[in-house]
Amino acid sequence: MTFVEFIITYYPRFLSGTIVTIEQFVLASVLCIFLALLAGLMKLSPRTSVRACATVYIEIFRGTSLLVQLYWIFFVLPLFGITLDKFTAGFVAVGLNVGAYGAELVRGGVLSVPTGQWEAAVSINMSPGKRMSRIILPQALVNMLPAWGNLLIELLKGTALVATIAVADLTFEARQINYSTFMSAQSFGTALIIYYVLARFLLTPLMRRLEKIMARQIGRE
Amino acid sequence: MSEDMTQFPLRLEGENAPMVRFMNVSKSYGELTVLDQLNLDVAPGEMMTIIGPSGSGKTTVLRMLMTLETINKGVIYVDGEPLTHMEKNGVLVPANKMHLRRMRAKIGMCFQHFNLFPHMTALQNCMEGPVQVLGLTKESARQRAEELLEMVAMSDKRDHHPSRLSGGQQQRVAIARALAMRPKVMLFDEVTSALDPEVINEVTGVIRKLVGEHHLTMMMVTHQMGFARDISDRVCFFYGGKIEEQGAPADLFGSPKKQRTKQFLSAVKEAV
Repeated sequence: MTFVEFIITYYPRFLSGTIVTIEQFVLASVLCIFLALLAGLMKLSPRTSVRACATVYIEIFRGTSLLVQLYWIFFVLPLFGITLDKFTAGFVAVGLNVGAYGAELVRGGVLSVPTGQWEAAVSINMSPGKRMSRIILPQALVNMLPAWGNLLIELLKGTALVATIAVADLTFEARQINYSTFMSAQSFGTALIIYYVLARFLLTPLMRRLEKIMARQIGRE
Repeated sequence: MSEDMTQFPLRLEGENAPMVRFMNVSKSYGELTVLDQLNLDVAPGEMMTIIGPSGSGKTTVLRMLMTLETINKGVIYVDGEPLTHMEKNGVLVPANKMHLRRMRAKIGMCFQHFNLFPHMTALQNCMEGPVQVLGLTKESARQRAEELLEMVAMSDKRDHHPSRLSGGQQQRVAIARALAMRPKVMLFDEVTSALDPEVINEVTGVIRKLVGEHHLTMMMVTHQMGFARDISDRVCFFYGGKIEEQGAPADLFGSPKKQRTKQFLSAVKEAV
């Protein structure tokens, strides 16, 4: 079987795997961004108890292996009565894990906004919530976007682990095709290329564009 | 160390009540005393200028009024009411957040480094407070902002972001932004110190206009002695966290009484 024949035969499975990978990526990203914002802002709270909650989350999910976290969520949580289907367990684990890294980006981004901006917001008597949402976060976001580009690429690659709990993503399909054809180089080679194309030609340009738009909004052309 | 709070009145009333009063205010960072038992009154409509060497506590005075710094002792009053404290069962206790927010509405401030919001145009900078804080409609906030930008001669640049404005232009927008909140007291913290010499007059011109046309209480920290002399009703010379000498500008600059004032003024003169 030539490589062309291989692709013609198996492209539907690579395609469906890629779609599942993209779905996992999108859902995990949404969860990740939400958790990163929440934990990042909590980490800046004046209340020790709030900060402590965020620290516990960040330490657990950043300090242990993503694969083990995935197994915990899929295999151990049911023992405590929380059962997630494998698709949900997959993106939840990845989102929780990468969100812990993102929290540090959010915290760093907020701290990178000059104190003068806080003081100006106080001087026009803004409430703490509006200070954050209208003055600080928009500027923090611009500062942290480049780092988020990297993190989301990590997240995309991290979704490959969901194959280990039999979510039929790109990695899972490549492995299945390899089992039935023993064409390892072709199976995993194709998967590799697809991951690269997703990261390099879809995600990176998207983030660059976003950086440009945000930079323009802040008047830094 | 606890303080006897009964020595402080709950309100300042009567015809001669000052707009701003510092009463036995002290501030220290650990061992370092920044302000030492400061007593200072500013009358309604007065333009009061603070001069002095760096580290003498001048900027701290303004930052305390804007509630950007807390105080360790004493009470600050604004417009008859305590700013740093509030009444509870007939005595003054430290102010809570709600009280601070209510009182802050009386005060506006301009900073050395302008601190405009970089993600907003000049116009949006001036509308932000009125819309988000005062709850004005967009139209009336826009009208107010446009009038103020007109006053500071920045109408033609109203749709520019701060990054496209010069320092002098940014500072004029910052003044408009503060005025848009209709404060009773305006604070100017070294507003010309970060500017190139040739644009300083743009900003001092706006402040002169304010002094001439509005009955606004103003406090200013500056290194522009000539400007201070021209427009102030009163000048305070700060030294080591205390008022070393104060008086009408003609007296303080013309015939300073204290040795330290003389030294400072002659040192400043030499620098120019």
